[in-house]
Amino acid sequence: MNGSNRMILSFSSRSENEAFARIAVAAFVSQLDPTVEELNDLKTAVSEAVTNAIIHGYDGNPDGMVTIEARIEGDTVSIIVRDEGKGIEDLELARQPLFTSRPDLERSGMGFTIMENFMDGFEAASEPGKGTEIRMMKRIVSKKALYN
Amino acid sequence: MRLHEEMEHYRNVLIVRLKGELDHHTADGLKQRLEDALLHGRATHVLLNLAGLAFMDSSGLGVILGRYKTVTARSGRLLICGAGPAVRRLFELSGLLKIVTLYDNEHEALGSLEVVS
Repeated sequence: MNGSNRMILSFSSRSENEAFARIAVAAFVSQLDPTVEELNDLKTAVSEAVTNAIIHGYDGNPDGMVTIEARIEGDTVSIIVRDEGKGIEDLELARQPLFTSRPDLERSGMGFTIMENFMDGFEAASEPGKGTEIRMMKRIVSKKALYN
Repeated sequence: MRLHEEMEHYRNVLIVRLKGELDHHTADGLKQRLEDALLHGRATHVLLNLAGLAFMDSSGLGVILGRYKTVTARSGRLLICGAGPAVRRLFELSGLLKIVTLYDNEHEALGSLEVVS
């Protein structure tokens, strides 16, 4: 493939869109012929990022917008999940496994840990009052390795 | 895809068979239905059969950890069976495997209870 192939998707910060978001990204990435495991890793990471935006970024307010940008370059998919919500005060603390700011909602505190483990690259940037941006990257390689 | 569950009382065990996708959107409803069943039923133990789960993320971990607390506070056990490789990975990552044992199927899980109780 020459150059990059991009897609941008914006949707309301409603929990029913979590499934829509991960399925849309999975459909876009399916052109790289990922394995079931690779696709599940991507869907899980996207689900975590979008859920964080809805629960924490917008505090459950359905009037916000969540934007996903995905880009395929060669065998690599890059995904940005962005919200314009309240942002994260202490990003290092938020990234600690099992840390959650909302134990009242039975959050497991595993969202960041899962994104970091399921993807090959992970970065988070946040500004209180402005919003949060998650950048993730994954190489889709398994099937090609099997065929070659 | 939505989440559906089938609940069955077997002796003092509430068996819950989950089908579909367990994420933040479907987790809250499941939590309420499980709490209701535990409150109004006579079950001591809960067996979650995850064989029909097509997707689960950390919201599912939250629901399971929450029910683990409810059940163990009542001196019961939370048992899990039928977890696929993706769900097993989430359990490993979160440390849930340190407190919950995974069984291949319902028969095996129920058998472990009879030895214990």
